[in-house]
Amino acid sequence: MSTPFSTSILPPPGSKLPNSAFKWAAALAAAMIVVLIVLVGWELYTGSRQALMKFGSGFLWSSEWDPVAEKYGALPFIFGTLVSSLLALAIAVPLGVATALFLTELAPLRVRQPIVMAIEMLAAVPSVIFGMWGIFVLIPWLRDHLFVWLKHSLGFLPLFKGPIYGVSMFAAGIIIAIMILPIVTSISREILRSVPDLQREAAYALGATRWEVLRIAVLSYARRGLFGAAILGLGRALGETMAVTMVIGNRPQISVSLFAPGYTLASVVANEFTEATTDLYLSSLFELGLVLLAVTILVNIAAQVMLKSMTGSGSSKVA
Amino acid sequence: MPPANAKWFALLGALSVLGAPSAPAQMLINGAGATFPFPIYSKWFNEYAKVDPSVRFNYQSIGSGGGQKQILSETVDFGASDGPMSDDNLAKAPRELWHFPTVAGADVVTYNLPGNPKVRLDGAAIAGIFLGRIANWSDPAIAGQNPDIKLPDLDIVVIHRSDGSGTTYIFTDYLSKVSPEWKEKVGKGTSVSWPSGIGGKGNEGVSGQVKQVPGSVGYIELAYAKQNKLTYADVKNSSGNYVTPAIASVTEALATADIPDDFRFSMVNPPGAQAYPISGTTWLLVYAEQKDHAKGEKLVQFLKWAYSDGEKFAPELDYAPLPDALIKRALERVQGIKY
Repeated sequence: MSTPFSTSILPPPGSKLPNSAFKWAAALAAAMIVVLIVLVGWELYTGSRQALMKFGSGFLWSSEWDPVAEKYGALPFIFGTLVSSLLALAIAVPLGVATALFLTELAPLRVRQPIVMAIEMLAAVPSVIFGMWGIFVLIPWLRDHLFVWLKHSLGFLPLFKGPIYGVSMFAAGIIIAIMILPIVTSISREILRSVPDLQREAAYALGATRWEVLRIAVLSYARRGLFGAAILGLGRALGETMAVTMVIGNRPQISVSLFAPGYTLASVVANEFTEATTDLYLSSLFELGLVLLAVTILVNIAAQVMLKSMTGSGSSKVA
Repeated sequence: MPPANAKWFALLGALSVLGAPSAPAQMLINGAGATFPFPIYSKWFNEYAKVDPSVRFNYQSIGSGGGQKQILSETVDFGASDGPMSDDNLAKAPRELWHFPTVAGADVVTYNLPGNPKVRLDGAAIAGIFLGRIANWSDPAIAGQNPDIKLPDLDIVVIHRSDGSGTTYIFTDYLSKVSPEWKEKVGKGTSVSWPSGIGGKGNEGVSGQVKQVPGSVGYIELAYAKQNKLTYADVKNSSGNYVTPAIASVTEALATADIPDDFRFSMVNPPGAQAYPISGTTWLLVYAEQKDHAKGEKLVQFLKWAYSDGEKFAPELDYAPLPDALIKRALERVQGIKY
């Protein structure tokens, strides 16, 4: 019975065409990604040429954003993008890794699947929904409770000084954290699942407690992979637009206080693109897009460098 | 008609026949631009489909910036903008490009105060608030105009639009007119560099923030404020009267505004005794010479219908219709379109 079936799907001996066709098709698909990035970069570059010529590198260091006087600078937006994303990472990575640890190492089998499904559903929620939730639920709570408490107990730190509006860099960080939590958790879970059981068994054999096994055998082994999960989360965080603009306050300023409103690169482009009537204005918005692309690439390169310099027995690869 | 065009028409005809097998071939007229008048334009195009089923209008509300760009590059048959085009932009047009005012609207100053009292404000106070100079509701500059209500000792939080918008254009146009300081420091535009406050996205973003933050103040479209039953201030006009924003007071503003022949006008702070000062209009952008005879003819027919019959749909959608004198002038202009 099985003989005709197995021969029918194999190519006749000697025919190499399907093999090489597949190889080229796959190579083409991979090349498309590179071409796409280059084209996007090129398009942003040509779109922003006028602003590049007019402002030069001053665009990056100027804090002024005045469409009426046609003076444009990206610094507050770069600051807002980096700070809100790092803040999100600081919240999402510990939560995501802890969740992944619980799911792979600790949770009883029958609760794992429901939790995994819940996380996947979180990833499917559109960002505007998070924004609305942010405006109507999160921000009032932050303004009336958490921020008041933080100001009261940690108000001596510059991070928690200044007037409380609710909409703030902090709120944006929390919203982005929730949005990148699914990807950080899922990838961390895959990384932890790939840790060989031998590692755990060896640690148990040495008389380690459960916590010590997690720390020595699992987390230490998976360190590089978990770092990679964080970087993928960061990549998502840098470009989040809709929900961020709804909660960050959209004020192009650089403030140490997390209670102060801020602005991100992606948000200002989304906000101002439709009504930008002059060429220089439009060109400057294009340049913000170019800066965002550059920031994303630089952050990824920095992450790769850090990853290489990380020592340790860990060998699991970044997903 | 050049052969390339003929081919296009054949294709369009074929497509619309494919889309609706029973209907006769329709002409498609494309427009793009302003978001503020989108509800009334949709209504007009729907109603006009009953008047002339042979033509269909497709309007994309992509924003005034996009509307101006697309009509300049002639990728659409008409553009729409919430602010008049600048001289620089108009100079880029390949042929003469005309502005046609369609309906008017207003910005209201909304706020969040305990008990929602009716506050009265003059231009100086509004400018002071948005400049960040008047930072408390008990400031004499506000309290002096409101002897009947007790204003709390509460910090003012300014909320403005974060997205570029015609609403912001009207508001900053008004502030530039009533406050020399505003004109010098900030100026007018669809987006400006705000001296104070936080940004909310869209009318809903601003009103959402205002509803939540005690002591906050923001500006939103009159139509949105009415539909959502928000509290808003009476504003002192140039005749010294405090006027409640409403369709009648916006039409009065239009009627008394000084309108030049090219219709690129600003109607903020007009002289009318009952005119609401923070009002503005929105425009369609149409070439004086239409390249395509058939489309030009249909577009002119539509504009005539819009000014004669379409305007009456404005009040039900909370827009102010144009006064008769202005409609007459606009219709004369429509007659001048060549096709």
